[in-house]
Amino acid sequence: MIQFGANLPMTEPQKTPLYDLHVELGGKMVDFAGWMMPVNYGLGVAGEHKQCREKAALFDVSHMGQVELHGEGAAEKLEAIAPSAFTTLPVGKARYTFFTNPDGGIMDDLIVSNAGDYLYVVVNASMRDQDIGHMRANLDGIEVIELDRALIAIQGPAAETIVSAVAPVAADLKFMESTVADLFGAECRISRLGYTGEDGYEISIPTDRVVDITREFLKQDDLEMAGLGARDSLRLEAGLCLYGNDIDNSTSPVEANLNWAMQERRREEGGFPGAERVQRELKDGPSRKLVGIKPEGRAPARRGVEVADKDGNLIGAISSGGFGPTYGGPVSMGYIAAEFAEPGTEVNLLIRGKAMPATIIKLPFVQQNYKR
Amino acid sequence: MTTYYSEEHEWLEVDGDTATLGITKHAAEALGEVVFVELKEAGDTFDKDDEIGVVESVKAASELYAPLAGEITEANTTLEDNPGSVNEDPEGNAWFYKIKLADVSELEALMDETAYKAFIA
Repeated sequence: MIQFGANLPMTEPQKTPLYDLHVELGGKMVDFAGWMMPVNYGLGVAGEHKQCREKAALFDVSHMGQVELHGEGAAEKLEAIAPSAFTTLPVGKARYTFFTNPDGGIMDDLIVSNAGDYLYVVVNASMRDQDIGHMRANLDGIEVIELDRALIAIQGPAAETIVSAVAPVAADLKFMESTVADLFGAECRISRLGYTGEDGYEISIPTDRVVDITREFLKQDDLEMAGLGARDSLRLEAGLCLYGNDIDNSTSPVEANLNWAMQERRREEGGFPGAERVQRELKDGPSRKLVGIKPEGRAPARRGVEVADKDGNLIGAISSGGFGPTYGGPVSMGYIAAEFAEPGTEVNLLIRGKAMPATIIKLPFVQQNYKR
Repeated sequence: MTTYYSEEHEWLEVDGDTATLGITKHAAEALGEVVFVELKEAGDTFDKDDEIGVVESVKAASELYAPLAGEITEANTTLEDNPGSVNEDPEGNAWFYKIKLADVSELEALMDETAYKAFIA
């Protein structure tokens, strides 16, 4: 594993510009990846989850790293460390991708947008130091600028109405499109994407304006704050991978069902770290696959729970699991030996010494609801 | 009847050598929305600190540990069908077990209500 213990100062967790507002609004604050973040507010995890599925929820995701890549050939150079197509990414479009390591594992997943004159990149909070170092070391001649900006996500079926009321251009964006727009007098980047499975936006806001802009948004009846707890159950129901759980340096994109993020030209050409493994697995199939696993009982199967076949042989393990408030029951994802990965396969989960029946399902548990 | 409290946030309403056991309101609030409860069965005996059940919330799984030794005489199986009742009425209808105490003197190690309130303050 590439970790950064050596250069990570072991100091107090950092605070986002919205920290005081979280506390004021009753956020239950915890240390997440070195940041003090709200797990939930007064509505509770399940309430905030349903709020997002049914109306709209606002998440502070300022702990994620925002980076601009400036310089000639940035897209081409980025293709040398990530297996997606960037040279053909149109201006105003965003793309989900990941950095691969020489063994074909995933170093981190990220979103890259073509901002016209530069690329705008958002990386995970826990990996921002690694990723920025990785880009600086590998993108020769490209200026890697870490932005000091806040980032909020407004997600849910009411998000379009809420955001376009102050920035009409938001209604014109489709899923995975991004633009710069004025929001309450501040220059913001609005991107129609997110990580909840719902329609919605991520909005990059100048740090000194994020508190008052968030307060303005919260005046809308259909919008409530939501924390990391709901963010996790929402992305899990939507079948979206969490870095460090469902994907990491040992899992390949093919095993993780992320082939769709590697465009055809890149799959054929290779030319990214670990391409050999990726191309081999594309051809022969991976030995294990990330699948949805639905426990038949009520007991949630959480990360680490082992999966056995009906004869008791170990065939995999849960990578993420919990309770899905919209699904109305326990939901899990995990890596399973390829021969057992077919939807409908019956397996057992070894929970607290007992074999509990479960079924392999096709992800997601709750249909994604993007505006394409 | 006297109510005792453990540092593991259980309450015990004691009548002679029998007691009703549940988790405190404070514990239920800290857990968040309870989505799953697994109970032992009537007739099971346990020692102090044995695991006697599992409570899972939207956030995490938590084991329930016995605050003293005894035998389960009745398990509140309604919790398995309606885990959310643990949040609604943790110190009332959402009790976990009726138990028979093995050694009444073990109660001396537990807290009374005043001490528990100070403990969680």
